[in-house]
Amino acid sequence: MNLANVMPIALTALLRNKTRSFLTTLGVIIGVASVISMVAVGEGAKARVSGVFAAMGTNMLIVLSGTTTTGGVAGGFGSMPTLTWEDLSAIRTQAPAVRWAAPGEMGKVTIMAQDQNWTTSLTGSSPEFFDIRNWTIGKGSLFADTDVQGANKVIVLGATVSDKLFGDGADPVGKTVRIRSVPFLVVGLLQRKGQSPMGTDYDDAAFIPITTFQNQIQGGLQKYISGIILVSAVSSDDTHRAQAEITSLLRDRHHLGPNDDDDFSIRNLTELANAQQSGTQALTALLAAIAAVSLVVGGIGIMNIMLVSVTERTREIGVRMAVGAKPWHILAQFLAEAVTLSMLGGIMGVVIGSVIARVVAARLGWSYSARVDMILVSFGFSALVGVGFGLYPARKASRLDPIEALRYE
Amino acid sequence: MSTEAGTHRPLVIAEHLTKVYVLGDNELRALDDVDLTIDEGEFVAIMGASGSGKSTLMNILGCLDRPTSGRYVLDGHEVSRLSRGELAEVRNETIGFVFQSFNLLARTSAVENVELPLVYAGLPRRERRERARDALERVGLGQRLDHHPSQLSGGQQQRVAIARAIVNRPKLVFADEPTGNLDTRTSVDVMRLFQELWSGGLTIVYVTHEPDVARYASRVVTVRDGRIVSDTRQDPARAEKAA
Repeated sequence: MNLANVMPIALTALLRNKTRSFLTTLGVIIGVASVISMVAVGEGAKARVSGVFAAMGTNMLIVLSGTTTTGGVAGGFGSMPTLTWEDLSAIRTQAPAVRWAAPGEMGKVTIMAQDQNWTTSLTGSSPEFFDIRNWTIGKGSLFADTDVQGANKVIVLGATVSDKLFGDGADPVGKTVRIRSVPFLVVGLLQRKGQSPMGTDYDDAAFIPITTFQNQIQGGLQKYISGIILVSAVSSDDTHRAQAEITSLLRDRHHLGPNDDDDFSIRNLTELANAQQSGTQALTALLAAIAAVSLVVGGIGIMNIMLVSVTERTREIGVRMAVGAKPWHILAQFLAEAVTLSMLGGIMGVVIGSVIARVVAARLGWSYSARVDMILVSFGFSALVGVGFGLYPARKASRLDPIEALRYE
Repeated sequence: MSTEAGTHRPLVIAEHLTKVYVLGDNELRALDDVDLTIDEGEFVAIMGASGSGKSTLMNILGCLDRPTSGRYVLDGHEVSRLSRGELAEVRNETIGFVFQSFNLLARTSAVENVELPLVYAGLPRRERRERARDALERVGLGQRLDHHPSQLSGGQQQRVAIARAIVNRPKLVFADEPTGNLDTRTSVDVMRLFQELWSGGLTIVYVTHEPDVARYASRVVTVRDGRIVSDTRQDPARAEKAA
């Protein structure tokens, strides 16, 4: 007798008691299904959160100018321009952890089209800005470095602005709009991005070259960047390094002594995103842990039924031993029964859990992706549950005394 | 039918077999210094009242149990000190069992029941099926291969059990009160089957408490209080086919 013979014996025994076998597997089915669906839901929530932060910007840092204090009133960050164009190019070239850097100056303006007008936020920046903020072009093109150098009067519109000025879904590329009577050529329409978690409409915005912004909208100091510098680190793990590099670079450039405070500040949005991520991750882990508990309870159910089964089939065990079954044959048979039950439960649990996860994802409008590793892990775990909780009853069966077993009523 | 006492090659040699059960402070000597030799080709009835130790003797001879002390040589091999696994192997290869209550697996066809010893012997499926079918034909149940125990009469069930006992071609078949659950007529049928197998060369040892049933054996060993009190050879009564 070998292991190949054990499986048919175990299967036959299980099929003799179909209802009971099914009810026994139910615990494992529920356990595995809940692990799969809970993890999928948690993953969905995580993907949703990281999607929100990805919309804000990729591995983003914001560098703000220093503060002024006038008559004891602190002006807040950015109230005194300290960041220069040279600082920007230094950040671009001398900080290895920085992938992109772009200036940003913002203002509320009213944009006039042929017969409509719309007040929106106008940003002056450079082409890198679109990479940092994850903006992709829908129609036409983004403005280029040459537009920045030439302070060209070109504008890229967000989808909402275009809708308001030219009608829903219209193509604004090639048309002309006016800001403070200055005509701008619409060169591009951005892909729709939706809303921020706070409900702000990302698409309610327009973008022009920073030089044009300074010349036409702002006037004022040209040496300093009166807005902010947006920075994108090379990866999400490098935002800290980028922050440190920029800090030492700017302190050096601004000739700050070791005891002086920074005359600028850096905000790390990725940290916020990571905090959110680890929050959802903790939630996922919690859900998975609760589900795992139900899987263990399912295993105890199997052990319970197997113990009943061993008692009920004491005679059968005695007969098998009398005709030549060795203790390990009996052990293998009952273990195979327990493992078969738990694996069947595992398979059904994976199927049901995946369906639940899919339905939940569809309901909430999340993307669903089957986590193969979770499926394998919970399937393997259910097999393990079968072995773990099947071992005790199987051992009990294999240690029966054949004479006692044959005499058992 | 052979009435010879056997071919005089000893199959079972038991010397000073003692089995002691300890129940709290009391010692129960179920077997007390029993010597017994059974030759190949014998048809032995072990007689005794309940509690006489006859079942203990048979369990030890059948390698289901080990003696507390003494020596037991079965078919030339000392088996009294073997492990549980090794004893299982001996039971599988050398011994067949028939029980009072048939002990067939429920909801399992006759042929699958008969196959059981061969499963543990590791025979391939096809050979198992063939030999199980042959064995069932030998006991006259060639037409009932796929019947489940619940679809068979007591006598038929016992014949399936006998087929299971002989399917591994054992040297020795032990039967524990094989007619205990059967009516008189069916009992005679079963004893006739045993006599047929015996004349085919099989050595058979059975336990009974009914003198009527012991008549069919070629030798009657009587046990009382854990000792053999008589051991006689006889002309076996012929188990006639019931009219």
